[in-house]
Amino acid sequence: MRGRRKLGRGVAVVGAGMSKFGIFSDKDSKYLFAEAFNEMLSTIDKGIDPKDIDALYLGNFTNDFFIHQGHWGPIISDLLGLTPKPATRTEGACASSALAFREGVFAIASGFYDVVLVGGVEEMSKRNTEEVTQGLAMAASPYEVKAGFTFPGVFGAMATAYFAKYGASREHLMNVTIKSHNNARLNPKAQFNVSIRDIMNQKIEKAKDKGNPVPTWRDEKEFLRDSRVNPVVAWPMHLYDCCPISDGASCVLLVAEEIARDFTDIPLYVAGIGQGSGKGLHAKEDLTYFEATRYAAQEAYELSGLKPKDVQIAEVHDCFSIAEILHLEDLGFFKPGEGYKSVEEGLTRLNGPKPINTSGGLKCKGHPVGATGTGQLVEIWKQLRGEAGERQVPIKDLRIGAAQSLGGTGGTCTLTILERR
Amino acid sequence: MEVMPFNDISYERFLSEEKLMGSKCRKCGVFFVPPRTICIKCYGTEMEWIEMKGKGKLAAFTCIAIGPPFMTKEGYDREHPYVCGVVELEEGVRVVARIEGVDGSNPETIKIGTPVQVQFLHRGEGGDLTTFLAFRPL
Repeated sequence: MRGRRKLGRGVAVVGAGMSKFGIFSDKDSKYLFAEAFNEMLSTIDKGIDPKDIDALYLGNFTNDFFIHQGHWGPIISDLLGLTPKPATRTEGACASSALAFREGVFAIASGFYDVVLVGGVEEMSKRNTEEVTQGLAMAASPYEVKAGFTFPGVFGAMATAYFAKYGASREHLMNVTIKSHNNARLNPKAQFNVSIRDIMNQKIEKAKDKGNPVPTWRDEKEFLRDSRVNPVVAWPMHLYDCCPISDGASCVLLVAEEIARDFTDIPLYVAGIGQGSGKGLHAKEDLTYFEATRYAAQEAYELSGLKPKDVQIAEVHDCFSIAEILHLEDLGFFKPGEGYKSVEEGLTRLNGPKPINTSGGLKCKGHPVGATGTGQLVEIWKQLRGEAGERQVPIKDLRIGAAQSLGGTGGTCTLTILERR
Repeated sequence: MEVMPFNDISYERFLSEEKLMGSKCRKCGVFFVPPRTICIKCYGTEMEWIEMKGKGKLAAFTCIAIGPPFMTKEGYDREHPYVCGVVELEEGVRVVARIEGVDGSNPETIKIGTPVQVQFLHRGEGGDLTTFLAFRPL
């Protein structure tokens, strides 16, 4: 990097909202975004006239493919009554709305706008699993697609490389899944709002009701080892290692720092933003980390003057269980090769020293691709303001939270750090 | 003879002729498989084709139970997973490819580091003919 990055002026988040994530046959992209927008408005303590919004940046990966409709910027702008204000769509695969956030920050930091809405939306469930798999694979590198790799396949391959290098195993990945479900159980917006133990009990009750043989899993790991309930998707990625297909929307309102307190007494300031790009699987220097995440992290840490240890909570892009472990290392929270041990020791639990994915993560909260980046920031918003309810982390003086997104198979990665002052 | 452009179209054509080819920078000597049009090391613009021996080691793999339509058409499904992997070639570069001759239903039997040799899978006919890069254990 040449010289230190800086923002022209400070930017703050003053409102954040998301739709429920899940599979909705009766809700479309516009309806979902309206849900997110209305919740966002309700979080702005001192209120706002939506007509004061200067511009919209909207992340969407590929509604073009999923529902044969593109050009979502103006559709959502019109939905919200913002026309003729400008609306710009950003596309960075699963990091699409993280890019919208970043563009919104730049637009305000440059002095051009004062109030910018950033968000994302995706409507995936109208297609079957094979088609969604094909749609998502459009964000992989062309060589991977031709070789037959799917998304879970790329992460599965990285997992085998990680296992071989550091001695980790499938058992370690299960710790990530169990933790995510425990957190999602406390998140009413989550697609899978249940713990693994809840799922086990449901299946046991169902078997009893039907007079079928009753399963006898001793614990969560034995359940996850059972291929009848947790089949292979792309070995070693099994069903419970993978995020689901989801519909949903999310958004946050950004304003210039000097007017932030006109909207709320508890604004969250953008302390750091970073973004990187990465090569295809074959060209990576190493198969056990994401160059683009490391670059994004370095940029965000430099801008903020913060270090990995200063980040008290984080949402990371756990599209697959192995990804959470790799990101924990790439963000510098744990040393390379130690991420899986840290998860096993419980360090990333809700009540641990470094809570990760308190929302339940992509795995359980859901992953409506374009909505995920700002969706992660909705969780950080709630946690830093002490409004996360039952899943509020018990950290005293909670001030710094971060969200990391990964698009494709590591092609686009971002880190955003928010600070409560 | 005119040199084929250093791009994916040429790379695919070489595959159909059972050649695994990359591009080598005439200025700094670094080479890329699949070929790159630009040398991202020295930004030299003169490239030449270089053929790989087709031998290497398995660096990473996955056994895919839910594949895209073009793979399910070949008969692969949840009961018959196929295997994809990353192969580190003897020449020092990596490629992604199908892995043949291993049991996708028993991933524990597939070992990273296994020596592998290139195999070219020709699928389809006439204008639809496509060659897929694959490797199998030696």
